[in-house]
Amino acid sequence: MDFDLSEEQRLLKESIDGLLTDSYDFESRKKYMKEKGGWSKAVWLKLADQGLLGLPFAEADGGFGGGGVETMIVMEALGKALVLEPYLATVVIGGGFLRHAGTDAQKAAHVPGIVDGSKTLAFAQLEKNSRYDLFDVTTTAKKKGEAYVIDGEKFVVLNGENADTLIVTARTGGDRRDKTGIGVFLVPANAKGMAKKSYPTQDGLHAADISFTGVEVGADAVLGNPDDSLALIERVVDEARIALCAEAVGLMDESLKTTVEYIKTRKQFGVPIGSFQSLQHRASDMFVAAEQARSMSMFATMAGDFEDAGERAVAIAAAKVQIGKSLKFVGQQAIQLHGGIGMTMEAKIGHYFKRLTMIENSFGDTDYHQRRVADSGGLI
Amino acid sequence: MDLAFTKEEQAFREEVRSFFRDKVPPDTRRKLVEGRHLSKDEMVTWWRILNKKGWGVSHWPKQYGGTGWTSVQHYIFNEELQSYPAPQPLAFGVSMVGPVIYTFGNEEQKKQYLPRIANVDDWWCQGFSEPGSGSDLASLKTKAERKGDKWIINGQKTWTTLAQHADMIFCLCRTDPAAKKQMGISFIVFSMKSKGVTVRPIQTIDGGAEVNEVFFDDVEVPIENLIGEENKGWDYAKFLLGNERTGIARVGVSKERLRRIRDLAGKVESAGRPIIQDAAFREKLAACEIELKALELTQLRVVADEGKHGKGKPNPASSVLKIKGSEIQQTTTELLMEVIGPFAAPYDVHGDDGSNEAMDWTAQIAPSYFNNRKVSIYGGSNEIQRNIIAKAVLGL
Repeated sequence: MDFDLSEEQRLLKESIDGLLTDSYDFESRKKYMKEKGGWSKAVWLKLADQGLLGLPFAEADGGFGGGGVETMIVMEALGKALVLEPYLATVVIGGGFLRHAGTDAQKAAHVPGIVDGSKTLAFAQLEKNSRYDLFDVTTTAKKKGEAYVIDGEKFVVLNGENADTLIVTARTGGDRRDKTGIGVFLVPANAKGMAKKSYPTQDGLHAADISFTGVEVGADAVLGNPDDSLALIERVVDEARIALCAEAVGLMDESLKTTVEYIKTRKQFGVPIGSFQSLQHRASDMFVAAEQARSMSMFATMAGDFEDAGERAVAIAAAKVQIGKSLKFVGQQAIQLHGGIGMTMEAKIGHYFKRLTMIENSFGDTDYHQRRVADSGGLI
Repeated sequence: MDLAFTKEEQAFREEVRSFFRDKVPPDTRRKLVEGRHLSKDEMVTWWRILNKKGWGVSHWPKQYGGTGWTSVQHYIFNEELQSYPAPQPLAFGVSMVGPVIYTFGNEEQKKQYLPRIANVDDWWCQGFSEPGSGSDLASLKTKAERKGDKWIINGQKTWTTLAQHADMIFCLCRTDPAAKKQMGISFIVFSMKSKGVTVRPIQTIDGGAEVNEVFFDDVEVPIENLIGEENKGWDYAKFLLGNERTGIARVGVSKERLRRIRDLAGKVESAGRPIIQDAAFREKLAACEIELKALELTQLRVVADEGKHGKGKPNPASSVLKIKGSEIQQTTTELLMEVIGPFAAPYDVHGDDGSNEAMDWTAQIAPSYFNNRKVSIYGGSNEIQRNIIAKAVLGL
């Protein structure tokens, strides 16, 4: 058992922290937000230059063979700097599907563009009524010769506006909540029959609602088994949850740090408000919550490699519960301790709070995952 | 970073586990599972079994009888001990005064006291808190005055756990009333059989009497019973309190209790079906399990850090362990109260002789719930722990 980072991992952390310190202060972020799609191409290419976009891919596929710990390091750093760029959508989720189910030809077609920063991806999964159940799919993919024709609507597709390729979950057979008959398809952004409605999200990212009307894709668009890919989707979404846990830890760290700095300097009644015990205790509780979250983020990272899919799912669900509870506490208290200024868009703490809040409602909220753990027969 | 236990560590866990299975007297285990108090004999018997195996003072330096285990091995040992469950070594001797003596005592004192602590030939108790000195321990008033070759001790200690069994006490006494409060305290040990020592039991809300008031009335103590330097006692007390860091979370204890809750909830009925089939109950149980898993990982991080960087200064993360560990212990006793429902009320009508198996498990649930309110108060209350985090970690 060893919680220390290896030499390579430490270098990775230094490199991404350094890059973000140089190019991602709060003012720069505001500028990036106004660029096309809501993020900075220049920053994205810097991430590519440092090898971060190729991190989890096998060396044979042009990547660097990083594992879960490497992704955790990167996501934590991205969280700390409140980064807008579509790392989760492109590298973690898109890359995850390609790594776990991509054919050699699919990898050859997509991985180099991800690694060099020229292409980004988006995951079109959520539907109007599916909420957090990954098997609840009404979008259809009907077979037409060797091709598939996709019809349906997907919502809140992060990076949906900018992505070069969408990864779409669609039903090839069965009824709405059947666990079989679900496939995953690579759909080019310029495919005919798609309509996108783009909008900014509460946390400053960009998403799109996308409708598919008779969108035809070839056999080469199929990722994995077109009739039975729920396990694949669950695996990749579990990796997304692990990544979100790490991002949240970075966000909580920065929120706590910012808050403590604020209460050390803000004076009322002639003294820094941080000298009041009621505020000190609240800050201490934030620290406790953040540390518990960090522990479970590590646990989730470790669980990503569990061989038993059931055990993996419960462990990651448990982590998402802890992160959800911690982020709500840390986020809300950070605003409270900032007082009025915490309510404004000009202070950065509110932006951290907004991102944290959206993470809770991504890929299963606290109640959803707590129920999964409860119904699994226990964690101890 | 590698969060898995090594093969060697797993083998060690098996070794420890099978030792407990073979050697812990079954009745002792049963009483612990049911949350009952053990007699002095039952505890001492077990500790001597442990000491014979060479595990009685496992974390002491090897020259004084320790094992030389790694931090992870200590963690595994404690977890298995707590979750089997078996009685934990008497903290007052093994974890508190022992390390102070081998760190600050002279050779004579080491020879005299350490082997007797290891074998529990002396039962030690702790003379720290006083009626007027709880969280503000340094304000203590019990005084030791030098008179020829003796200390004359007068004053009163309180919350003295299991003093009724004790042969020896380690005591913080004021030896320089003129000095600033932390500076005039000395660490003195003496026999509880000394003339002028009176022990008065305090009955606690769980109905038990594990704590006492101890009165000192002109107690004469040989001058050589001072440990370390005169007026340096506060430093030793801080060392002592910071020394027992990772055991404080009592993860193993909570694990054992959660397993028991799940087991009982599968048997006790509510609304015509086992309580475990109630979704709301199940989610509460899951919530507690998740908190405990997070705490276990936090504890492992502290353990790994100690292993890497040595024990050195107290790690402020131990305050996190104390706060969360105590909260979770309390939650487990609340869940047990929920399982038992209306049968929480009867006082221990069956006694603890194990003769009425059907109802025995209910007897100690309410007392255990009442008793566990102490865990967020003792060892530096959770509010004091928050002060420590604010100061030592956040710099407030």
